Amino acid sequence: MNIIKTIEKEQLKENVPQFSVGDTERVYVKVVEGSRERLQAFEGTVIQKKGGGISEIFTVRRISYGIGVERTFPLHSPRIDRVEVVRKGKVRRAKLFYLRDRVGKSARIKEKQTNR
Amino acid sequence: MRKAILGKKLGMSQIFTEDGLMVPVTVVKAGPCVVTQVKTKEKDGYQAVQVGFEDIRSSLVNKPLKGHFDKGNVPYKRYLRELKLENAEEYTVGSELKADIFEAGDKIDVTGRSKGKGFAGVIKRWNQHRGPMSHGSKYHRSPGSLGATTSPGRVFKSKRLPGRMGNDRVTVSNLEVVKVDAERNLLLIKGAIPGSKGTLLTIKETVKK
Repeated sequence: MNIIKTIEKEQLKENVPQFSVGDTERVYVKVVEGSRERLQAFEGTVIQKKGGGISEIFTVRRISYGIGVERTFPLHSPRIDRVEVVRKGKVRRAKLFYLRDRVGKSARIKEKQTNR
Repeated sequence: MRKAILGKKLGMSQIFTEDGLMVPVTVVKAGPCVVTQVKTKEKDGYQAVQVGFEDIRSSLVNKPLKGHFDKGNVPYKRYLRELKLENAEEYTVGSELKADIFEAGDKIDVTGRSKGKGFAGVIKRWNQHRGPMSHGSKYHRSPGSLGATTSPGRVFKSKRLPGRMGNDRVTVSNLEVVKVDAERNLLLIKGAIPGSKGTLLTIKETVKK
């Protein structure tokens, strides 16, 4: 196999968290404070996933004290401890950038019903 | 310069460091190189090591080179290059150079041949600006004035004009070795390196200390 693909494959996580755009999720990020390391959670809506392989990234948006905050994480980053899906969302777009222009009621996403 | 090796550019990728930072890297197959000749001050007037890189079959080697390889009893190689090492006398003909002469964190200079751009205009070749494309302008992408008239009465040397661009010998200095894979003879070097995939590279210890 291609050497570059092999190098990238070695760095991929084995258990990649399964989630899709529109889901509400909690991302546990390792934060280094001085010499101590702790986990910090960032909860919000996934508004985009892009890239593939080692360069795959996803963006999580949340409203914090009335201000929209977005964080982009590399999916395979060793700094990400785990990702918990809080709620599945039903969306019809791959990128939810329209949420940036909306506040309050119109910024909600319907929950996805499964096993109906 | 005490450490140098020949290599081949394989392409670019990204890797994560231990603290989670993503680093852009160029993957280089460095070595195994074999020493084909040791040049000494007494005999040749300067110190250097001639190394060969990449095995080839015997039908690709002409007779004079075959004699040169057979003299040192070394396998036939595609590329032969001289490395001016200070410690050249420590090497013997037939000894091998591998990627593990470098280690992660080393600073290196990488020399290669840049991608050829063909016949390029002054905007691409010398970063000049273009003129207005409309409003009656006839001065679009041309080089403009070449200089004054009667005095000096000639165009100065090294006036920047269109011409062949790229395919030059380029050295990028002070690059960092991010990772060394001794098993597969790979160097992962931070940042970009001149040339296309498959370019022959000389990787040296940096001159910038």
